[in-house]
Amino acid sequence: MSRKLIVLFAVLIVSVLVISACASAAPAPAEQKASEPAQSTTQSTLDVVKARGKLICGSNQAVPGFGFLQTDGSFAGFDIDFCKALSAAIFGDPSKVEYRPLSAKQRFTALQAGEIDVLIRNTTWTLTRDTELGANFAPTTFYDGQGITVRRDSGVNTLEDLAGASICVASGTTTELNLADQMASRGIAYTPVVFETADETTSAYLDGRCDAYTTDKSGLVARMSLFPNPQDHKILEETLSKEPLGPVVRQGDDQWFDVVKWTVFATFTGEEMGITSQNVDDAKANAKDPNVRKLLGLEGDMGQKLGLSNDWAYNIIKMVGNYAEIYNRNLGPDTVFNLARGLNASWVDGGLLYAPPIR
Amino acid sequence: MTTQLSSVSEVLPPPTERYTILGWLHKNLFSSWFNSILSIVAGSFVAVVLVGIIKWVFVSAQWAVVNDNIALYMKGQYPGAQDWRLWVLIYLAALLVGLMWSSYFHRVDVIAWVLVSIFLVLAIWLLLLGKAAWWKLLLVDGFGIVGFSLGQRFPNVSKRLTILLLLLYMPLVLLIIRGFGTDGFIPQIGTNLWGGLLLSLLLAIIGIVFSFPIGVLLALGRQSQMPALKTLSIIYIEVIRGVPLITLLFMGQLMLPFFLPAGISIDRVIRAVVAIIMFAAAYMAENVRGGLQSIPVGQYEAADAIGLSGYRKMLNIILPQALRTVIPVLVGQFIGLFKDTSLVALVGLLDLLGIARGILANPSYIGRQLEVFVFIALIYWIFSYAMSYAARRLEISLGVGER
Amino acid sequence: MATNTSEQSAVPIWRDERYLEIIAQAVVVLGIVALFWWLIHNLLTGLESLGTPLSFRFLGQTSQFDIGETSLEYSRNSSYSRALLVGLVNTLRVSLIGIVFATLLGLIVGVARLSSNWLVSRLAAVYVELLRNIPLLVFLIFLSSTVFHKLPKVQEAAHLGNWAFLTNRGIYIAWFDPAASYTVYRWVLMVAALAAVVVAALLIRKGKRTGRMPLYWLWAFVIFVVVTGLGWFLMPTPPLTVNIPSLQGRNFRGGISLTPEFMAIFSGLVIYTAAFIAEVVRAGIQAVSKGQREAASALGLSGFMTLRLIIFPQALRVIIPPLTSQYLNLTKNSSLAVAVGYPDLFSVGGTIVNQSGRAVEVILITMAVYLSFSLLTSLFMNWYNRRTQLVER
Repeated sequence: MSRKLIVLFAVLIVSVLVISACASAAPAPAEQKASEPAQSTTQSTLDVVKARGKLICGSNQAVPGFGFLQTDGSFAGFDIDFCKALSAAIFGDPSKVEYRPLSAKQRFTALQAGEIDVLIRNTTWTLTRDTELGANFAPTTFYDGQGITVRRDSGVNTLEDLAGASICVASGTTTELNLADQMASRGIAYTPVVFETADETTSAYLDGRCDAYTTDKSGLVARMSLFPNPQDHKILEETLSKEPLGPVVRQGDDQWFDVVKWTVFATFTGEEMGITSQNVDDAKANAKDPNVRKLLGLEGDMGQKLGLSNDWAYNIIKMVGNYAEIYNRNLGPDTVFNLARGLNASWVDGGLLYAPPIR
Repeated sequence: MTTQLSSVSEVLPPPTERYTILGWLHKNLFSSWFNSILSIVAGSFVAVVLVGIIKWVFVSAQWAVVNDNIALYMKGQYPGAQDWRLWVLIYLAALLVGLMWSSYFHRVDVIAWVLVSIFLVLAIWLLLLGKAAWWKLLLVDGFGIVGFSLGQRFPNVSKRLTILLLLLYMPLVLLIIRGFGTDGFIPQIGTNLWGGLLLSLLLAIIGIVFSFPIGVLLALGRQSQMPALKTLSIIYIEVIRGVPLITLLFMGQLMLPFFLPAGISIDRVIRAVVAIIMFAAAYMAENVRGGLQSIPVGQYEAADAIGLSGYRKMLNIILPQALRTVIPVLVGQFIGLFKDTSLVALVGLLDLLGIARGILANPSYIGRQLEVFVFIALIYWIFSYAMSYAARRLEISLGVGER
Repeated sequence: MATNTSEQSAVPIWRDERYLEIIAQAVVVLGIVALFWWLIHNLLTGLESLGTPLSFRFLGQTSQFDIGETSLEYSRNSSYSRALLVGLVNTLRVSLIGIVFATLLGLIVGVARLSSNWLVSRLAAVYVELLRNIPLLVFLIFLSSTVFHKLPKVQEAAHLGNWAFLTNRGIYIAWFDPAASYTVYRWVLMVAALAAVVVAALLIRKGKRTGRMPLYWLWAFVIFVVVTGLGWFLMPTPPLTVNIPSLQGRNFRGGISLTPEFMAIFSGLVIYTAAFIAEVVRAGIQAVSKGQREAASALGLSGFMTLRLIIFPQALRVIIPPLTSQYLNLTKNSSLAVAVGYPDLFSVGGTIVNQSGRAVEVILITMAVYLSFSLLTSLFMNWYNRRTQLVER
């Protein structure tokens, strides 16, 4: 009996060794080649991404309209489209992205530790994050402000009416801090009810756990459109804060920062010039305007200056679309959200989106 | 008291008790007024709960959230074109179970029929849902039966073969699921695409396979005469057992990158696995130590007396006995480990629980929590219960209880 | 055995087990020290290069966030360390109350499993098998999202007279508030407790002398009630007033309130751990030899008396060690509160990590706290084991 057990034990150990060999050694070549220099300052993130053959994008999986997991297992949303745009700019293929769903709590550590190349997960640009958290913020893709949703029949019209109320909020967000700040400065007593994810937060509000629910106004609108009876709820007029949301990269890699910045700018510029995924081929064939020619890579070698191919912006617009297309696809009138552009209109239309010239 | 004992053969077995239905009821439910009240209260409780459950399952529950997403629950984002790999592994497993059944239990009993009919029922379910995969489930039964008949046909070879295959199966699982190379027969599929039940099971299996030998080593270390080894083992075991698994997982996800030199990054799934293994090994060590302590000193002394060296003594005499006594505890721990894999959902991996939460975030399924959680709880339950059941069978077949 | 050979031709050092052992140990220790030195070096330099060198000074900074459930005074102006303390107190609160209730429920289920009533023992078995085979985390999220958040809304609260209200904002139960005369009444309570203890001690002594143990706990209880009752009527005003919860504005006020988050983690831990405790209790009871039970029934003791006087005292020694480890498990499992929104130590720690970016420091603190819980418990257990070993025959 014991001999059998020994044989068994020995084989077990051997198989463990085999497993460890294929578990640790096998991924090593791919991993090392890809991510070994992820943090080192000598080799840029861009080279790493290129060598790896895909972009690792820290994203949201639970905010409809911005980033969420679909039934077929793929990701979709406004933020996700910027990951795709970045991938299109680098690889000429919008699908070379690995989406890494992160909670609000995990996102900065994941970025600091070099686990993700870029964080596009409705992240607010603040001074502390820009400095102490070692982050660099690319241009804002979505100007937002924090709002509060309440039930229409609750009789709440201002923040002051919320005295003594319970308010649902997601943890680890600027929202949580803004709420505390605003209520403290106005001397309103309230009970915060804090959840890990945006999802748990809304479903708690819908269940009646809270009198009110706070997050960015875009998020409120997006969420509200999905409520069983959207007309029973309303968003208070007051805006608690400014929330500029945009892609984030690690500090200390200027080239990569540039790539992300100009990818965003390319989508802005596309809208300014009226170039869409539909007419971009046309525009490229008949481009006379030097600015269009520079954008589409016909002159000026703009792509090479970024370390990309010259048709980088063409690829973005062709494969993902300009800002207006991205916006409309995910949040526009044809979607359930039907969010007005507001501040997020191009400067041409009186909004805040303004891209520096590509030249 | 008479000193003369009747010999064993003369003793009649106690008469088997036979009851009428009423008699059984009287003995087991209504033996006293207190028992009667208890029975009535408990009986009405059971009735109310059962009626409630049946009503909910067949009337008010909306199962679309489960039916539409079966693939996601089972394998997460694992590409559909590569599904055949998973099926191959399932068939192999069925074959193995069939082989094991014939070599350990020898005959088809109720449980075997239950196992077979589970897949039959699942196949019918899929057929009703209109999924094309239903016949693949029937094949599972087919492979199980083939395995069983092979085992019956070649009883001598099969036992050894089964063990060998069983041990080879685990590395094979990893190899096939992961694949290698970018193109070719089985292209590599990144761990970020592993999800659902597939990921949960993988985490559990790898966790069990690795933590077991480490745990045994730690237990031996803790029992050893060498002070330094002993202290280190004790520190490791006590520290790990003193902190919740979730802190280890967070350490793996958030802190590990800082501990490694700049540039080296480790796959997220592997990080979770390492945390699980580290955690499980400490508990495993304590369980094995329990077994070691249960071995009478005489065994050690006898081994010394016949001049066995230290490690021979352990390997040939002590460990086999010690491990045999702790099998039930170890299996209990394996079940715990399988259940604990659900914690990886809190660090963002899309295991069965993680994917369930992801699905619930989908606006089309708002408010369907009950259906989803009942469904995944059922899956966890079936696997855990099957393990504990198998352990009990194994215990009987090894005669552990008769020490 | 090998002594005379070794005297004649000394075993060379490289084959002498004593030296080999020392060398092996030295190698292992050195290896581990080197590994740790390497890891910590990486950590320190890595953090340095990120501009956030390892330091605990951030604990003094203002937290800037609010916490929903606080037993201590806390606001957004409090420091991070205060926030952690609030989390710690919340962890202790749910663990301690959880342990008490899990023990009670586990005891009941464990005994029920051995009941002679077929239905009751089956029910208990189903309970145990059901709970032991699903993950706690799944159960917790299930409880929170499908039970406590689906309780009636505040306006439609289910209620028990005016004394208790059940809503999805929490459970509100009428409770006592100390009135002005309570400061005096506190002394009455102490005197009553003292009197009860003295009476019980006297009765026990008498019982030991005469060999007939009186119902000392009953007498002690009676004394306590009589003294406190007398005191109550002697007070000019009632020392305690009943605080009845009522709907004020948007929420209930008054009484004691238990939030759904607390209830989810609390009831989840209790129901789950009770299944394990039930098994521990059952094993303990079954460990008591059958003869004891038969002897007890031969003496004419009733079922309950047998359990209380014969079985439990003997089973306890088998039960206590695994029971303690279940208590520790419960405490450690309370860190899953993060999944249901209860601000325990781990959950508050997570928020601090995000707001301050100090992942390493916060995780270290959290682990140290849990570790010290379990070390304290181990120390206590060692002490207890030594004590009970003396009793062993």
